[in-house]
Amino acid sequence: MKAAGVGIVSYGTYVPRYRITPDEIGKVWGVDGKAMGKNLNIHSKSVPSPDEDTITISTEALRVAIARGKIDPRDIGALYVGSESHPYAVKPTATVVAQAIGATPSLTAADFEFACKAGTAAIQVCMGMVSSGMIKYGVAIGSDTSQGAPGDALEYSASAGGGAFIIGKGPVIARIDATSSYTTDTPDFWRREGQRYPSHGGRFTGEPAFFRHVTECAKRIMSEQGTKPSDYQYVVFHQPNGKFPQRAGKMLGFTDDQMRYGLVTPYIGNTYSGAALIGLANVLDHAKPGDHVLVVGYGSGAGSDAFDITVTDEIATYDRSTGTPVQESLESGTPLTYAVYAKFRGKIRLSGS
Amino acid sequence: MSVARFWRETLRRYNLGASKCPDCETVFFPPRPVCPRCAVHRKSIAKMEPCQLSGHGKVYSYTIVHEAADGFEMQVPYVLAMVQMSEGPMLTGQIVDVEPSQVKEGLEVKASFRKLREEGEGGVIHYGYKFAPASQAPKAP
Amino acid sequence: MREVAILGVGQTQFGELWDRSFREIGIEAGFQALESSKLSSRDLSALYIGNMASGAFIDQEHVAPLVLDYSGLSGHHFPSVRVEAGEASGAVALAQAYLAVASGEYDFVVVGGAEKMTDVPEDRGSAISSSTMDQEWERVFGASMPALWALAARRHMIDHGTKREHFARLSVLDHENGSKNPLAHYRNKITLEQVLGANAVAEPLGMLDCAPSSDGAAAVVLGPLDRARKFTDTPIRIAASQIATDTMALMHRRDITTLDSTVLAAKRAFQRAKLQPSQIPLAEIHDSYSIAGLMALEDLGFYQKGEAGKALANGEVGIGTRLAINTSGGLKAQGQPFGAVGIAQVVEIVRQLRGEAGARQVSGATVGLAHNVGGTGATSVVHILERVN
Repeated sequence: MKAAGVGIVSYGTYVPRYRITPDEIGKVWGVDGKAMGKNLNIHSKSVPSPDEDTITISTEALRVAIARGKIDPRDIGALYVGSESHPYAVKPTATVVAQAIGATPSLTAADFEFACKAGTAAIQVCMGMVSSGMIKYGVAIGSDTSQGAPGDALEYSASAGGGAFIIGKGPVIARIDATSSYTTDTPDFWRREGQRYPSHGGRFTGEPAFFRHVTECAKRIMSEQGTKPSDYQYVVFHQPNGKFPQRAGKMLGFTDDQMRYGLVTPYIGNTYSGAALIGLANVLDHAKPGDHVLVVGYGSGAGSDAFDITVTDEIATYDRSTGTPVQESLESGTPLTYAVYAKFRGKIRLSGS
Repeated sequence: MSVARFWRETLRRYNLGASKCPDCETVFFPPRPVCPRCAVHRKSIAKMEPCQLSGHGKVYSYTIVHEAADGFEMQVPYVLAMVQMSEGPMLTGQIVDVEPSQVKEGLEVKASFRKLREEGEGGVIHYGYKFAPASQAPKAP
Repeated sequence: MREVAILGVGQTQFGELWDRSFREIGIEAGFQALESSKLSSRDLSALYIGNMASGAFIDQEHVAPLVLDYSGLSGHHFPSVRVEAGEASGAVALAQAYLAVASGEYDFVVVGGAEKMTDVPEDRGSAISSSTMDQEWERVFGASMPALWALAARRHMIDHGTKREHFARLSVLDHENGSKNPLAHYRNKITLEQVLGANAVAEPLGMLDCAPSSDGAAAVVLGPLDRARKFTDTPIRIAASQIATDTMALMHRRDITTLDSTVLAAKRAFQRAKLQPSQIPLAEIHDSYSIAGLMALEDLGFYQKGEAGKALANGEVGIGTRLAINTSGGLKAQGQPFGAVGIAQVVEIVRQLRGEAGARQVSGATVGLAHNVGGTGATSVVHILERVN
């Protein structure tokens, strides 16, 4: 789908400060965590404080975006938060976020859920609403505080973080020239209502799920745009671990250099709905006018959303210093022991609960 | 705290909405209906102007809490501080994202949006401001 | 306005009174006070009860007529009034009763203070104890009472060079005195090392810097001074009864290292009694937290700001010095049944002035001061009592 005159007006991210290493997790479960980390290409993953959740992460990320873009919150006509860890099963994350940034009451808001691609789906909806002239700015947030069951392979990667993108007509720091999606019914990963931890199809999450959707979607948008991998300075994939996106990139013909900023999971873990967006934010943190970026998100269940993005001259004067740059989140962090991590994540059964 | 009781203060707790006396220009948080500074109170009744705190301030006093206030048990030990906001008002709140021993008088902080407490497992979640150091970059593990 | 005297006093054991109910302790303190004054219940005009949180602690409001009823006095149908001012409920009740007698409207009244705190689980108890702070702008954000006093302590250390050891001394002093008071919640002596080494509650305050939750009641009987001799040989005149207030939240104070409410209540009380702080040899001060006691020594006018800590460290305060404080054991050792505290302080001063304080008797004191605080100082009450010769 070609898009016209729509793009990213501003963006912000938030990654909690705590980290845990695969080695520390492995020690508890009798697993060689170092080898596991190497295998997944994950050095550490972020952990939220007990007082952080998808609502607080989304708000912090959006506050950065608003401050950077000097946006009047009352100009935001739509706000969507994509997550698979909304704090409430019923009651929107988006309303709290909208209230906390001062955008209420004249806007539409809703929560999105599509495993890890709810945030990219939100960007597409905002693009449509902005293009049609229904709203001036739309906010798309992808944010999660994901949990893997204790001892499960997911526990080594599931982390917390979020990205907020303000979509509008201009002035944009990056044009979104096209978006394309690839969607099928593929049950590779799910969480039933009322269940605390998700379930997954093991190796089924690979070839028929992540790789098929990501590569097909990437090929589709490049075909529609008449582009090839070498036309892009940067590429960002959804990144459930550090290995999958590298492999998908290789399969499509991208180089490690094109992926170097877009791959953030090795240091902060898989932030689910936040993952591709934080990767894109890191690219934008480093980008210069004219840079061409391909983003391919993925959500289990399953689907991929791709975006063809061109960085504009506006990036040169855009305030990228407010808030914490993604690079700083990758390089910083306070290590936790598994015991404190388990307490923070509510994995310890308390009296009365 | 009941749902309505917390809800009616969300604009202040989420977003640091304050009030300013039109006469002496003192800023108050939480907003006040009457200026306590101006000798002739009636001058400011119903004339206090809403304003917004920036969220920036400095630690005025602090304590590391080991016996949690009701609902804060999971965060022990936590830092509770009085923070003097750049606009003048003094606020009481937690300092998060910091080693408790690193908190000192004069530490520059900025407001951070956090979960304050939950009304039990099935109850409503209360959100509001806490404070985090204005600049920090702890090294990666 | 006529002069008012205390004619009799009574007090129950303070502590964890598992086998005794709110109404029982209230009645016991009241009857003791009546007994000691030789007054008949027929002489009474009214009953005042200082109580902070019976509704929260025992689900019972409307406790004033309840205590009157179980005292067997309901047939008299006289006014029975509960007064609430947080932890200063007792002293504020006394101040109201004082005004009523001084005005001439009532002649003889009983003023009681009572709290039953141990009928709730401990976590519920601390939540109730936090209810005298600003619920919307302090407690919601994680404040506990010790945390707020710790904020004052930290700032006192920053501004006035006060050391952690300085206020720790107050707990040692309280326990020393409490060991000589048979009604005290705690009668063990403690050392400075024990206070400093106790588990941290809210730094710099530790477990032994904090007064306990106690059950207990105390009562006094008031009457016009000119009719006092009929009922007692040792009437104690209320030379001053002053209340002052301040902002609800600690953060909104002019200076968190001083309680302006205490400074003003004391200043007005000294003016009224025509006395100077240096003329007071005996005081019960509100030390719910050790730092609160240190601040009180300064705010009441006994020491300049920043000097009380050194005075405590040098042993300038205590029985046998020029200023005997908290001979009862204070809030730390005698105990802290909220509503009863302000009355118990007055009971102790009366006993001292009458020479009835036993092993903890201060010799030669003819005047004494009682200081009761609500919240973190939103209310302060100062009473000055004088022996009438």
